[in-house]
Amino acid sequence: MTERIHDEVERVKAAGASAPKPGRDPVNQPMINNWVEALGDTNPIYVDDAAARAAGHDGIVAPPAMIQVWTMGGLHGQRNTDDPLGLMLRLFDDAGYTSIVATNCEQTYHRYLHPGEQVSMHTTLEDVVGPKQTGLGEGWFVTTRNVWTVGDEPVAEMLFRVLKFAPRPASPDRSAVLRPIVGHDNAFFWEGTAAGELRVQHCPTCGRLRHPPGPMCPSCGADKQDWVVAAGRGTVFSYVVHHHPPVPGKQLPFVVALVELEEGVRMLGELIDVDPATVHVGMSVQLALTKIDDELTLPFWRPAS
Amino acid sequence: MSAIADKAAIVGIGATEFSKDSGRSELRLAAEAVRAALNDAGLAPADVDGLVTFSMDNNTEVAVARELGIPSLEFFSRIQYGGGAACATVQQAAMAVATGIADVVVCYRAFNERSGYRYGQVSSALASAPTSSGIDAGWSYPMGLGTPAAQVAMIAQRYMHVYGATSEDFGRVSVVDRKHAATNPNAFFYGKPITLAEHQSSRWIVEPLHLLDCCQESDGGVAIVVTSVERARDLPNPPVIIRAAAQGSGSDQFVMTSYYRDALTGLPEMGIVGEQLWSQAGLAPEDVDVAVLYDHFTPFVLIQLEELGFCPRGEARHFIADGALEIGGRLPLNPHGGQLGEAYIHGMNGIAEGVRQVRGAAVNQVEDVAHVLVTAGTGVPTSGLILGAA
Ligand SMILES: [Zn+2]
Repeated sequence: MTERIHDEVERVKAAGASAPKPGRDPVNQPMINNWVEALGDTNPIYVDDAAARAAGHDGIVAPPAMIQVWTMGGLHGQRNTDDPLGLMLRLFDDAGYTSIVATNCEQTYHRYLHPGEQVSMHTTLEDVVGPKQTGLGEGWFVTTRNVWTVGDEPVAEMLFRVLKFAPRPASPDRSAVLRPIVGHDNAFFWEGTAAGELRVQHCPTCGRLRHPPGPMCPSCGADKQDWVVAAGRGTVFSYVVHHHPPVPGKQLPFVVALVELEEGVRMLGELIDVDPATVHVGMSVQLALTKIDDELTLPFWRPAS
Repeated sequence: MSAIADKAAIVGIGATEFSKDSGRSELRLAAEAVRAALNDAGLAPADVDGLVTFSMDNNTEVAVARELGIPSLEFFSRIQYGGGAACATVQQAAMAVATGIADVVVCYRAFNERSGYRYGQVSSALASAPTSSGIDAGWSYPMGLGTPAAQVAMIAQRYMHVYGATSEDFGRVSVVDRKHAATNPNAFFYGKPITLAEHQSSRWIVEPLHLLDCCQESDGGVAIVVTSVERARDLPNPPVIIRAAAQGSGSDQFVMTSYYRDALTGLPEMGIVGEQLWSQAGLAPEDVDVAVLYDHFTPFVLIQLEELGFCPRGEARHFIADGALEIGGRLPLNPHGGQLGEAYIHGMNGIAEGVRQVRGAAVNQVEDVAHVLVTAGTGVPTSGLILGAA
């Protein structure tokens, strides 16, 4: 995919500038009047011939920042088929980078324009950089240069950069969760979740159930411990709704519950598939073991069905 | 009578300014705070023979000694468990002084907790440490519970459920701290009181905690000078006697996640501290004139009042009503503004305030102070002090 993108970028770059696209109308006073009114620009050189002459011009001039106005396509305008930006947007749409945001726009004005001048614009593809990991998702930065001309004379230029990106999926990247340290005393638990079991430490000597587990029974001192498999049902003993700051592998906001198992021990877990506003102490929940990857299966909980 | 009660005194306190960006190294903050405390005590670096700090402090005792030009150290010690160490550093100093192991011990804590490493974020380093703490963290961090606010919120939610406390009850602690900070020029929130309505409308951090239930993050340093009561009599400040000093850790104790005890509505480790304090000093809660209670998150102030015996379990919300915690109330709380209002220096600025209150030199001075109770970090193995006049 990346190779196909690079090939197409090179092809468009090699094709050079698009054919000049003439503006629909010449530079004209009615459009200037509308524009300065809309923007609240009260500079008289755009509307008053005497003021413009007093400022050293040959007559009324157009506001330089209107440059894009003169070559806009109109409400139903189409990009020309050789427009590099249009070609790039279609390429990235097809490749799954369906969202767009403008990131940079630098305009340079070589001279003032006067009513009656006919402006054309052509575009070249300057650069395409990617794929980049951005705050919005993976994407490509596309930079184009527009040049406006009157006859053969360049009158203004614009460097324009957009980010075409693939929006993040709605579900979090759970593989980013912080990993438990696994050692002698807790391996049975994590091997259990991977095997589809919720294991609770059990003392073969005195029968005590214990979570979190440890190497020695606090009740009777036995140092050999085994486990039982929990039924995976419990109630919410307490809970929080986490809003801030971000937590690796979690999508804000999320609920963490302290679940009291039917077997009597408590354990923490993220409560999923639930509206946080409906969570309450005493709520019945059931286990939802979720494989993160080959190394980790996490116990989540969801409302009991 | 305890072997250390009334044997040692606090004779000097010092601090840097409290800010969000100190612009200098943590070691410099430590050195500045220690030097200020020695100046306050009328002592020179050469008088110091002991240094105590938190195990979380990034400045070694030897580095601090080098910067101060302390020629020799005969006692150095560090206390574990985050802010739970605060009062225990003074206990270590008092024990060293009472046993003759050391003569002048300085306790210090300095960090760039806002501009540098922030404790309020998720600590992936803790979760992956190959230690018993790392194993413990594996029962909460992968499940998404990994910030101090979230760890406290879990107990706060249960406490609300069992006793009917509300977010507004928690907010009253924040409002009184900010009221006191508003008249303390050294407080970060000097001149910035808040209303209960502002507390209620502040954004959620971790429900049931709002932003204004959470203490600030601060840069700064504080140091406390401890010596014998005998030597203290020859120094310029009125001695502040260490009437009692205790540490505590409870049954089935975890660090911030003691969720597996029968009830989830108390802080038994603080109860253990409190019983020792009353016993050592021969005092009771009604003898306390000022309470400097650790206030990184508001709900644990209510629970501390219950654990320490100021009111029955579940009734702190009634105890704190009607301005009881304000100066002039029945138990003035954190007259400096606490960590919600003055600064978060891991509880050490609270000890300094306790000293000022006993000296009669605080900016928001309570009248006729005979005894001040100071507590350290909550939710962790912790510590406490009772300070009194000579
Ligand atoms: Zn046993």
